[in-house]
Amino acid sequence: MDAEWKKEVGDLIRVRTCGWSPPGDHPVGCGMFIYTDKDGNFVKVEGDPDHPISQGRLCPRCLAMGEFLNSPDRIKYPMKRARADRGKDTWERITWDEALDILEREVKKIWEEYGPETIYLFQGTGREATLYAPPMAQACFKTPNCSFSMSGGSCYGPRTVVADFLLGAGYPELDYAAYFPDRYDDPRYEVPKYIILWGKSPLQSNPDGFYGHAIIDLMKRGSKLIVIDPRLTWLASRAAFHIQLRPGTDAAVGLAMLNVVLTEDLYDHEFCENWVFGVEELAERVADKTPEWAEDITWVPAEVIRGAARAFATNAPSSIMWGLAIDTQQNGAQAGQSLLALAAICGYMDVPGGITLSLPSSFMGRWRFETAQYVDPETMAKRIDAKEDHPAYACGPFAHPDEVLTVMETEEPYAFHMAYFYATNPISPTVYAEPERWYNALMKMDFNAAQDCFMTPTIMGLCDLVLPVSGFAEHDGVVLPHFGRNTHFLGAMNAAIDPGEAKSDIEIDMIVGKRLNPEAWPWETAEEFFNAQIRTQYDWDFNDLRDMGVFQQNFEYRKYEKGMLRPDSEPGFNTPTGMIEVCSSIYDDFGEDELPYFMEPAMSPYSTPDVAEEYPLVLTTGGRDFVSFHSEHRQIPSLRNVTPDPLVTINPATARALGINAGDYVCIENPLGKCVERARISNEVPERVVHATHGWWYPEEEGEAPNLFGTWKSNVNKLIPMYKVGKLGYGAPYKNVLCKIYKVDGYEAGNSNPAEYEPPASRGPESMTKGAPAPLSYEVKHQGE
Amino acid sequence: MKTHALVIDYKYCTGCHSCELACRQEKQIASQDEWGIKLAEFGPEKLAGEWYWNYVAVPSSLCDLCESRLAEGKKPACVHHCLAKCMEAVPLAEVPTRLAELGDGVAVFMP
Repeated sequence: MDAEWKKEVGDLIRVRTCGWSPPGDHPVGCGMFIYTDKDGNFVKVEGDPDHPISQGRLCPRCLAMGEFLNSPDRIKYPMKRARADRGKDTWERITWDEALDILEREVKKIWEEYGPETIYLFQGTGREATLYAPPMAQACFKTPNCSFSMSGGSCYGPRTVVADFLLGAGYPELDYAAYFPDRYDDPRYEVPKYIILWGKSPLQSNPDGFYGHAIIDLMKRGSKLIVIDPRLTWLASRAAFHIQLRPGTDAAVGLAMLNVVLTEDLYDHEFCENWVFGVEELAERVADKTPEWAEDITWVPAEVIRGAARAFATNAPSSIMWGLAIDTQQNGAQAGQSLLALAAICGYMDVPGGITLSLPSSFMGRWRFETAQYVDPETMAKRIDAKEDHPAYACGPFAHPDEVLTVMETEEPYAFHMAYFYATNPISPTVYAEPERWYNALMKMDFNAAQDCFMTPTIMGLCDLVLPVSGFAEHDGVVLPHFGRNTHFLGAMNAAIDPGEAKSDIEIDMIVGKRLNPEAWPWETAEEFFNAQIRTQYDWDFNDLRDMGVFQQNFEYRKYEKGMLRPDSEPGFNTPTGMIEVCSSIYDDFGEDELPYFMEPAMSPYSTPDVAEEYPLVLTTGGRDFVSFHSEHRQIPSLRNVTPDPLVTINPATARALGINAGDYVCIENPLGKCVERARISNEVPERVVHATHGWWYPEEEGEAPNLFGTWKSNVNKLIPMYKVGKLGYGAPYKNVLCKIYKVDGYEAGNSNPAEYEPPASRGPESMTKGAPAPLSYEVKHQGE
Repeated sequence: MKTHALVIDYKYCTGCHSCELACRQEKQIASQDEWGIKLAEFGPEKLAGEWYWNYVAVPSSLCDLCESRLAEGKKPACVHHCLAKCMEAVPLAEVPTRLAELGDGVAVFMP
């Protein structure tokens, strides 16, 4: 890389940086140069060809950076609004001092009158907020109540927890030579022969810091694909095997693949004898879970499952990537367990071209969780974490969103009084299931505040104070892929553009912290903070990282042989048995089956057949687009121009039968609610499945309530139930419910007013709202036994 | 007369739209109704029992293959940013050789 991170090039100034967010993306850390004129105005962005991962490439969201930076819709300064005016566009510009005065006053009032636990912090996904939001809750507001608030924490958390319990390692990732400066040419590296993409569409999502188009790099080098996805994605159209399963039946596919590998004796005996715990018990569990058994459940021909399992097991090295679809189902922990078991018994863990492992040890990841020390122990005990129903979840660092909603509604055991929205727009269909319930519950709060870049439906509808956040081109920072759980490099983020009054998340944390809890925030500048964090592990500081651009960490394969995966430096894995546990030694303590099993989704053609009579289609949601990040980017002209509308993808035969043509407005409805998207007719989905995109609102529409930028019109999360989670407390059916579809005149037909929303009679884990019959619970499991 | 052709190894084109956005920025095309390069999509359809699903980016009359960047020894903006690395500006004389190397699923444009 060029030694100078900032230099003059002709008439322009060029700043090298590694991207994160906002605007939104995961911590991929793509390398780029941002050019400004001598007055500091943005001129252009260009990919840095010397960056080891992105190699000059940039996706559309970065290439539209100029439109983000100069958008007239940016929140440019702190603003306040009277509580009585929620939903009205009566925002008033204030100074940072006044904003901090208000926040300090409201928080201290709530501390004194009700206790810090009555403050809730909602954390967004993927953005830098992932690192800086929990410390705002714990070390500024002194509350233990904080979470990313999808039902069942259905993003990343379930996979990392399953990996912690069974593998004792950070995030297991496809080996794409990301740790090596020479990448695929490094002599230690091998190209995977098969890559299973399980519920994952990495080209669009760049998940958690994985560089999505590395899949293309590997296809060019000979890797073949096995795609497990209800959708025929573009990658699936090029796959050697496409396991096109019914949404939510991943565990059945996993059990059947294990059946093939174990009964046909295709597994790595030596690795299993030394490093895998519970292979015999697993073999017994899957003995009758044949591909034929799975065919009836999953709608996948047995021969496809059998062929894929054989190809995967007999072509070493091969690898697996697991995606969000593993998290977004009630049975997801078991799907994840069978997937890890498959990779483990085939001997693909931590070998070249297999799955890389790492000890989760990031410096900033640790700081994030260590800020819990600022929550008083008595307050910590009041955390709403579902400890009675889901003790496994309560072992984790976050509050349980499903129980939190119930508590907000019932005010038992206590009422919440304040909410803080940290880089999240949850009422637009990104996070909240049953979003109208959440909206109504949050309207009760004494005080709501947010920090963000744009006016969103959440802020317009609910908040009394908003703080402006700078984009990554406007601030200094550090990017670490996988948030420290399998981090191949640290990248320097260098401010190129004057942020005006906007501040980065960590800067806001610090100035709020100095008001509310100064002992936790000894640093004066972001640079001082990063120096302190970096020096916990290295003997250099942030300015050195600026010069390096990217610091790639060392990597060793087969760390389990070398005592590098356990804090005690003994060989093995960081689990109670020291081995990969395909049969868990601890799940029994959590009331969970120690072996993987299949259970039907809560609402499905088989668990709720009478619902299926009226709502015959399986609805899956949330497939990603190249030009947006969840609910972000809807107001960026060049990106919106690529995908101007929310799209529901319908098979041509289904569309013909229903009289629906491409572009028609289509209402998607089930017992929980309805919304409208436009028809995209494509073979991407099979006849019995439709796919609806998420994250839609209309920044160009009326912002004031009740319209709130049209956020209720195309809100597919109105069709998703809360509190249909697995026994471990994780996973919820965002991608597997039922629906019917029919043609309507426009988006208005999907509109609703939360004030008229009728809450369900029962809110507990066994409820199914609005009169639908009771779903299968985790007690009724082992389907087909 | 251009000195290079735009060669697209479209069997790897994922339809990411980076070329469109890179071109819009480089050529400062302000109107959303105009473009320097635009994706076309074919499929997914079953042809003789196999899925066929391809994208091809088609340059418009606004494309000069980034003549000024080529003169500086840089790649055209679309090529530079292509996520699948499936676009190249190839000197005209070398086009036949390059096509033979890339095999099936390749398009050539002289915009």
